[in-house]
Amino acid sequence: MQRTVTVASRVGLHARPAAVFVKAASAATLPVTIAKEGKEPVSARSILAVLGLDVRGGEDVVLEAEGDGAEDVLERLAELLTEDLEG
Amino acid sequence: MNTARSAAGDGDGAVRTLHGVGVGGASVAGPVALMGVPEPPPEPDSPPSGPPAEETERALGALRLVAAELGRRAELAGGETAEVLEAQVMMAEDPSLAEAVTDRTAAGVSAGRAVFEAFGLFRATLAEAGEYLAARVADLDDLAARAVAAAAGRPMPGVPVRDEPFVLVARDLAPADTALLDLQKVLALVTEQGGPTSHTAILARARGIPAVVGVAGVLDLTEDELLLVDAADGAVYVAPTEEFVERAREREAARREAAARAAADTAPIRTPDGREVKLLANIGGAGDVADALAAGAEGVGLFRTEVLYLGALEPPSYEDQLTAYRAVFEGFDGRTVIARTLDVGADKPLPFLPLGEEPNPSLGVRGIRAFRETVHERLLDTQLTALAVAAEGTGVDLWVMAPMIADAAEARWFAAKARAAGIAKVGVMIEVPAAALCAREVLAEVDFASIGTNDLTQYTMAADRLVGALGGLQDSGHPAVLKLIAMTAYAGAELGKPVGVCGEAAGDPRLAAELIRLGVTSLSMAPAALSEVRAALRRT
Repeated sequence: MQRTVTVASRVGLHARPAAVFVKAASAATLPVTIAKEGKEPVSARSILAVLGLDVRGGEDVVLEAEGDGAEDVLERLAELLTEDLEG
Repeated sequence: MNTARSAAGDGDGAVRTLHGVGVGGASVAGPVALMGVPEPPPEPDSPPSGPPAEETERALGALRLVAAELGRRAELAGGETAEVLEAQVMMAEDPSLAEAVTDRTAAGVSAGRAVFEAFGLFRATLAEAGEYLAARVADLDDLAARAVAAAAGRPMPGVPVRDEPFVLVARDLAPADTALLDLQKVLALVTEQGGPTSHTAILARARGIPAVVGVAGVLDLTEDELLLVDAADGAVYVAPTEEFVERAREREAARREAAARAAADTAPIRTPDGREVKLLANIGGAGDVADALAAGAEGVGLFRTEVLYLGALEPPSYEDQLTAYRAVFEGFDGRTVIARTLDVGADKPLPFLPLGEEPNPSLGVRGIRAFRETVHERLLDTQLTALAVAAEGTGVDLWVMAPMIADAAEARWFAAKARAAGIAKVGVMIEVPAAALCAREVLAEVDFASIGTNDLTQYTMAADRLVGALGGLQDSGHPAVLKLIAMTAYAGAELGKPVGVCGEAAGDPRLAAELIRLGVTSLSMAPAALSEVRAALRRT
């Protein structure tokens, strides 16, 4: 199951927003991957891999998870990315 | 050194005694905390020290140690620094990193090498993303260096963070290290390199922390070993007996009492020939005024005006300068404040005063030289006027001096400018040996001189202050330096003009009396050094 979402934080998935997102993904009940166009999907629980995607503000990412409750997990993470996490 | 040693005890109270150059006069005992140094990464074919399962555990254990250490730092730091450190903790705990490490150790790679390669994998990706992630690349390098050290069972690079007070033992300390250091926890500093004007010594003097620098063999000490650091003797006693520590503690208590008495007795110091010697403070701004006064400073011998503007992108406005200077002058109603005009150089840059890269900054466009270029001359004129106007009505006796004057022509140029701006007492710093050699001619142009012994020593001995390996040459007590100081003081006496010392030598209780004997009329130092110097001078 996939969800495409536009990253709202102006700095993109760097610094604080990246940390917040990875923490949330690590707490999720299912493994989640995150991908950006032109790059391989990576584990959303890996801060290093997420930073390596170099997602800028306003760019789209694809979240993916399989299994029971995948929809809820993706919904929560997608919602997080549409918020401004810089504050 | 022998007499000093007998004063400290019979020498049988410790397993081993190491010697160096002492800073300050205090002694203290405490456990060693080693500051690790970054080491070269393990070679690709470095043999594992155990079977794959053990290497995996060693490597993952190293990552856990790194995460724990940085987590502790984050707790202590708070604020934005904490956030950066917490992000580093997440990196050390990254499951993908652990996976990359385990893949390698399972295949027979040593723990250290596996950690190094795994970090390298992510480093490459982040580096590709360009400058946006450059700071994260630096974080990663820092983490990798820590993990490699931890995997080898050695102390991690960087300043130690501990809950209990410790004696910091390091090769040398850079400003970047000490900025991160929790000085409340540091009982004493001991470094293998560095001399009396090294950053470590300056920090120790400014904070009143005992230190012994230039101690050979100190890096072989073991973590948590008990050390007795005696700055007065320049000695470090390894694994001292309880009795030995107790005797040192008693002497330390007596010393403190004497220093406290000296601090309370603010009667002027006089030489046997009746000359009064002024004890002054070095300050960087209004924030230091209270410390200086509490320590019994009779005035300010060095007001480093550039400290107000470090990091400023725009030249300070005339009005801002008025406010900043007045805040200092008001604290010294009826006393002397010697302000130094902006001191800059490629080695201490001010962003609003670009000087460009220089192959040899110590010998480049530094101090007053920067303002002899027409583009920057106006900055100096503005500062001189602001100083003169700020002093009005505050009751301060303002003297103003220029740094890095080389000869009489420069002194004349500066004096004309300063007098035109309304400065009554104009002087120069004597830091360049040429100016000391021609002190008579230089002093003839101005009203006073102040000897900056740090630079004078570095130029006389041709030994860069920042090169730890040259610590032995960075000795302000070297006869060559003392001769130049004597020449300058003599010229001052002949012309009836004051000659002070405002370098680190002035705050060294062992050198202070010598400087006075050479004819120096005032000593200016970090406020924390005042009481000890006063006590030392009362004894002589």
